[in-house]
Amino acid sequence: MKITREEVEHVALLARLKFSESEKERFTTQLNTILEYMDKLGQLDTTRVEPTFHAVSGSNVFREDLVKPSISQELSLQNAPDGDNGFFRVPKIIE
Amino acid sequence: MEFYQLPAHRLHQLLRRKEVTSREVTESVLRQVERMEGRIHAYITLTPDLAMEQAASADARLQKGEGEPLTGIPLAIKDLICTQGVRTTCGSHILENFIPSYNASVIEKLKAAGAVFVGKANMDEFAMGSSTENSFLGPTCNPWDLRRIPGGSSGGSAASVAADECIASLGSDTGGSIRQPAACCGIVGLKPTYGRVSRFGLVAFASSLDQIGPLTKDVEDAAILMNAISGHDPKDSTSVDLPVPDFSAALSRDIRGMVLGIPRECFIEGIDPEVESAVREAFRTLEKLGARLVEVSLPHSEYAVAVYYIIAPAEASSNLARYDGVKYGFRARGMHDLLEMYRQTRLQGFGAEVKRRIMLGTYVLSAGYYEAYYRKASQVRTLICQDFEKAFSQCDVLLTPTAPTPAFRLGEKVDDPLQMYLSDVFTIPCNLAGLPGLSLPCGFSKKGLPIGLQILAGHFQEEKILRVAYAYEQNTEHHLRKPTLE
Repeated sequence: MKITREEVEHVALLARLKFSESEKERFTTQLNTILEYMDKLGQLDTTRVEPTFHAVSGSNVFREDLVKPSISQELSLQNAPDGDNGFFRVPKIIE
Repeated sequence: MEFYQLPAHRLHQLLRRKEVTSREVTESVLRQVERMEGRIHAYITLTPDLAMEQAASADARLQKGEGEPLTGIPLAIKDLICTQGVRTTCGSHILENFIPSYNASVIEKLKAAGAVFVGKANMDEFAMGSSTENSFLGPTCNPWDLRRIPGGSSGGSAASVAADECIASLGSDTGGSIRQPAACCGIVGLKPTYGRVSRFGLVAFASSLDQIGPLTKDVEDAAILMNAISGHDPKDSTSVDLPVPDFSAALSRDIRGMVLGIPRECFIEGIDPEVESAVREAFRTLEKLGARLVEVSLPHSEYAVAVYYIIAPAEASSNLARYDGVKYGFRARGMHDLLEMYRQTRLQGFGAEVKRRIMLGTYVLSAGYYEAYYRKASQVRTLICQDFEKAFSQCDVLLTPTAPTPAFRLGEKVDDPLQMYLSDVFTIPCNLAGLPGLSLPCGFSKKGLPIGLQILAGHFQEEKILRVAYAYEQNTEHHLRKPTLE
């Protein structure tokens, strides 16, 4: 077992997901199968290998700090599930 | 031949000579959509009114003799490329009613070129899948056999071209999502070099791997689409500021003296014998055309699927954190607590495969596992890149099958995620190394299912790929075969 049911519950909380009991069961089995397959990477010695995060080399990109037209507040909010007076509205955060 | 069956370059000639109008071409495509869509389901959203308006403006331009190669040509757009005012769902419940307030840069470019938009093409949810069965809006069927998958994730983009429900389309490719469906549907699909095409307005899946590219009826059209969408974009800092060649000029029937590399590892266990024999036959055809075949080795390619299914989910788990029920998209109802609202929204809004990958990605990035999985995978990614560098010092392009089997049956792999992942075994290494890759038809199975040949080249060497692909296509007839759906 690479990942236990308790770990699945913990990772689900980190990922802001939530599962039913039967889904937890299924995800635990499936994630174990997939993670066992990943074990084959252990066959390779990578002690002196630099990691690659971007395959096409690039350098940091700078630009002038110019004011350009951007999306209006109204448009930015048009897809919000709940809003009020130009703000996003969410359930109460502070007790 | 009906107008909807023709490639864009043929239609362009007719449009320019005023032998046909864009209105007529667009109407012909829309009628074909009406005939086919009930069986294929290539589209999530159709925009016939917009298409007819764009056709009218295209005709006005063509009247004045101002038409470009895509002016008046009806296209389908994968539904994760933002289109202002037209809903962009990513095949997900969580974005089912999302209407972008801006266009992706590729859409701005196609609009400026005078293209006509038929609609938004179906896809696996957030581009995660190889069969288009993970779409919240229902699967797409393969025009060659309606009981089979069209490939994925750009399954709608591929099926719409194969069923002549558009002239060409745009898809996106993170681990094979343009090339594998192109192979399954018997058409041409090109994944450009990472950085060749702007990703601005492409809904992100795995940002270090994603790239937009064309799916077309032939190689010449792939070059035309590439001319239209390539180039540096200040809005995407990973798009590369290099001059864009005229890809159409690269099309040449002459490939004498070119060196084609065949990876020793490409006929792996589990490859369908019909795929192997069609691809080997293609090698012989190219050799007869004067190219030289050499054997090369990509020793780390067997690790590519494992690397990919760590890196892509890791990036996805971060990218998809934005779907929280606050700024846009679906929100679970009746929640009085913020954390519970997030969790219920994501539980109800995402499908099983997306949740599986978010879980996998969160796990491999979490404390205690980062080194063992994410860092390890990124190091093996370096070895995979080095394999390609070495191979391309010995040859101009690499040839492999695009997928290990022809299109499989709907439902065949839905309960076995690992088997589904392994259908990307030939396409994934190219994304990890940021290389360009193309799939084109190279034969059919006994059941009449298309088989794809993949051609890969070094960074920004799309011209070499197009040259080999064009020479092959001009000397074979696989691309002329059409599915019989009547």
